[in-house]
Amino acid sequence: MAQIPQKVIHKYLRHEKKFPHVWCPGCSNGIVLGTVIRAIEDLKYERDNIAMVSGIGCSSRMPVYVDFNTLHSLHGRAIAYATGIKMYKPHMKVMVITGDGDSTAIGGNHFIHAARRNIDITVIVINNYIYGMTGGQFSPTTPTGDKATTSPYGNIDSTFDICKLAIGAGATFVARTTAYHAIEAKKYIEKAFEHKGFSVVDIISACPVIYGRLNKKGTPAQMMIDMRDNSLPIAQYEKLSEEEKKFKYPRGIFVQENKPEYTEKYAELVKMFQKPEEQGK
Amino acid sequence: MAKNKIKETSSKKQEMVLMQGNEAIALGALAAGVDFFAGYPITPSTEIAEILSEELPKKGGKFIQMEDEIASISAIIGASLAGAKAMTATSGPGFSLMQEGIGFAKMAEVPCVVVNVMRGGPSTGLPTSPSQSDIMQARWGNHGDTPAIVLYPNSVLESYELTIRAFNLAEKYRTCVVLLSDEVLGHMREAVVLPDLEKVKIINRIKPTIPPEWYKHYKNNPKYISPLASYGEGYRFHVTGLAHDERGFPTNRADEIETLMERLKNKILHHIDDLVQIESYMMEDATRAIFAAGISSRAAKEAVNILRKAGRRVGMLRPLTIWPFPDDAVRKYLFDMKTIIVAELNQGQLSRELKRVMGGVWNYSKQKKRKIVELQKNNGEIITPEEIVNLFREVR
Amino acid sequence: MREKYFKKEIRLSGSGGQGLITAGIILARAAVLDKMKVTQTQSYGPESRGGASRADVIISNENFYFPEAIHFDIFLALTQEACDKYVENLKDNGILIADNTFVKNIAYTEATIFELPFTNIATEKLGSALPTNILSLAFLVRKTKVVTENSLKEAVKNSVKARYVDLNMKALKLGFKLADEYKEEE
Repeated sequence: MAQIPQKVIHKYLRHEKKFPHVWCPGCSNGIVLGTVIRAIEDLKYERDNIAMVSGIGCSSRMPVYVDFNTLHSLHGRAIAYATGIKMYKPHMKVMVITGDGDSTAIGGNHFIHAARRNIDITVIVINNYIYGMTGGQFSPTTPTGDKATTSPYGNIDSTFDICKLAIGAGATFVARTTAYHAIEAKKYIEKAFEHKGFSVVDIISACPVIYGRLNKKGTPAQMMIDMRDNSLPIAQYEKLSEEEKKFKYPRGIFVQENKPEYTEKYAELVKMFQKPEEQGK
Repeated sequence: MAKNKIKETSSKKQEMVLMQGNEAIALGALAAGVDFFAGYPITPSTEIAEILSEELPKKGGKFIQMEDEIASISAIIGASLAGAKAMTATSGPGFSLMQEGIGFAKMAEVPCVVVNVMRGGPSTGLPTSPSQSDIMQARWGNHGDTPAIVLYPNSVLESYELTIRAFNLAEKYRTCVVLLSDEVLGHMREAVVLPDLEKVKIINRIKPTIPPEWYKHYKNNPKYISPLASYGEGYRFHVTGLAHDERGFPTNRADEIETLMERLKNKILHHIDDLVQIESYMMEDATRAIFAAGISSRAAKEAVNILRKAGRRVGMLRPLTIWPFPDDAVRKYLFDMKTIIVAELNQGQLSRELKRVMGGVWNYSKQKKRKIVELQKNNGEIITPEEIVNLFREVR
Repeated sequence: MREKYFKKEIRLSGSGGQGLITAGIILARAAVLDKMKVTQTQSYGPESRGGASRADVIISNENFYFPEAIHFDIFLALTQEACDKYVENLKDNGILIADNTFVKNIAYTEATIFELPFTNIATEKLGSALPTNILSLAFLVRKTKVVTENSLKEAVKNSVKARYVDLNMKALKLGFKLADEYKEEE
């Protein structure tokens, strides 16, 4: 890449939008935004052909800043809105930017059923373990025992592993990385965009101002260091003992397989009726 | 006698067929050009989804059965933004689930049609029995304050005609239009002659012709409605359920929010004449009247015929457009009535509205002892002509 | 063209699975073929099989609006429960057709009563209880003339799956024959 990364990003931002953005200093959302844009730039996607859909939450504010066909929908419903767009215009590149609460709590049903259909939508989950926009309530991915404004004594809920959830529901591309591993994240996002079928990239992210502060995770820089130190490539992670695994999480591509894609299957159904002998029946 | 604007659509003779109400809605949608349907099974609306699942693929249209009603309304909004003529169909419980999405479609001004074949409620209620208890939910169901366009036919043919009209109004006014039906109407079969397709008026949304960089999809104008581009066609616009400026970007500025909210209100309220349809039956010399909609108006009309034969000067006023409520027509036709029976399958949703409109004028003429009599049924059965006739005899 | 005013309210009732709604639709289709005004409504429970089920057909040569049968001119009852529930709404000059395979007691009515074990006859002579609806409908039509028999035949052909047309045509024929023979018995 000859270009200075910032200049690439500026090409895709909506300059008439009243910046600055709503994200806190140290938030990972900006890193993910930059990564998504660089992936799109390198894949040379036509921006008229890109639909970026989001639900509600900090991460879901992303579409307003970028110059694509953008839809900031309702809490949890981004994937269902995206399904409508993709179904109607299958040639469009449809992506969903969502958070952990948006995608797996209120939107969990849409998440698993889109995965089951294997509809060609890329879901990028900015997974920061917390409901940031509403001020720090625990989410389905908040680690058990961690504090949030609604778990002042420590969270007693068990957590969702978003990748396992996606795999179980039938997603055909599932990867995890972190906001620290921005280069790797770009690679996975590119693979997810290029994958024909339902793809999920779970990006472990930092919310230093709320989650970090409530759980004494230190500075934004320290949280980045934790991402580096606590995550391991899948192969290395698998070699750990069960005890060691408790303090680490795996990064990498868990699933990448080809299965019939939903809009293509529907197109085949429509083709059935385009044969002349079938008409007028 | 029957003052029904949409009857002009029927002209050239087509074949007479026996058709079900829900089937007429599905065929009306196809005639209007529906090319996207997302839905979730629910009695008594399911036939609409079943028919469209069979017919849409034949035309290259899209049908998808979603995981729930929330997903269904979401998918049709997404598809509409991509350019689809989109629709979903449901009944009470599903209609409740769709309310947040309906509010989004109104706020973001995304054309779509939601059919609610009303059944008994609240809650699971009476899945296979009729009611008219979502009259108010259709108006006030979503949170936040904005007007609604809601239509309610009373026959199989009219189910067809008003479905087309629902699409036309959704596209014209860039909003979510609700078409009400009820279990009896939805499952009833009648002999119908569908209008000649070529004579049916179809309205499509206005698309922008200006360059994308000048495009403001929420710009105020004398009609209060701006053209709507489709995703993927060069206009990379932003859509949000947040209060937004004329380019669709979130705003907290009171002046911008006020402009938006006033426009959303005015685009309906300044077009009442275009939106409101009523049928007045035997009202010319009537001194008493029945006010009813949908299936209840069938009993009302029969009751008028029975009472007329007995020499009673009774008429019927029926709203085809439930919302916006036909205030002017109610004042015009019902102002001089000695008695008005409001017949409905709920606990007084239409009569409450009628009283709102009549309140002022009727208080003024209180000394004349005029009255509104409520005939309500809430048990899964429909109001019969006899019940109305008997009530007239009681209250005379 | 101007005929005498004609309006018949017909209720077909029994339990879910007996094909009464189908019979109602066929009767209504026949009425459409006769160029009559017609509505067909139904009431049913959540079950596809069993439970109470009824279909109403109203046929007239003039416009009418209310679509449910209230005072029946013709009432077909295929179960005891249905007969008990609705017989009081039958007009005094009406006609009751009861399947006495299941209808054992008929409450007092002024109406003309026809009783035949339609279900048993269908099982014996047609090899299945399935066409009981068409069998009894044919009987009803020949006895009451609410629709023309040609239109009824046409409507049956248009309404049942191709592989069942023969069976149902047989059922029609048998139903007509039963109606004729019934007259002789009287």
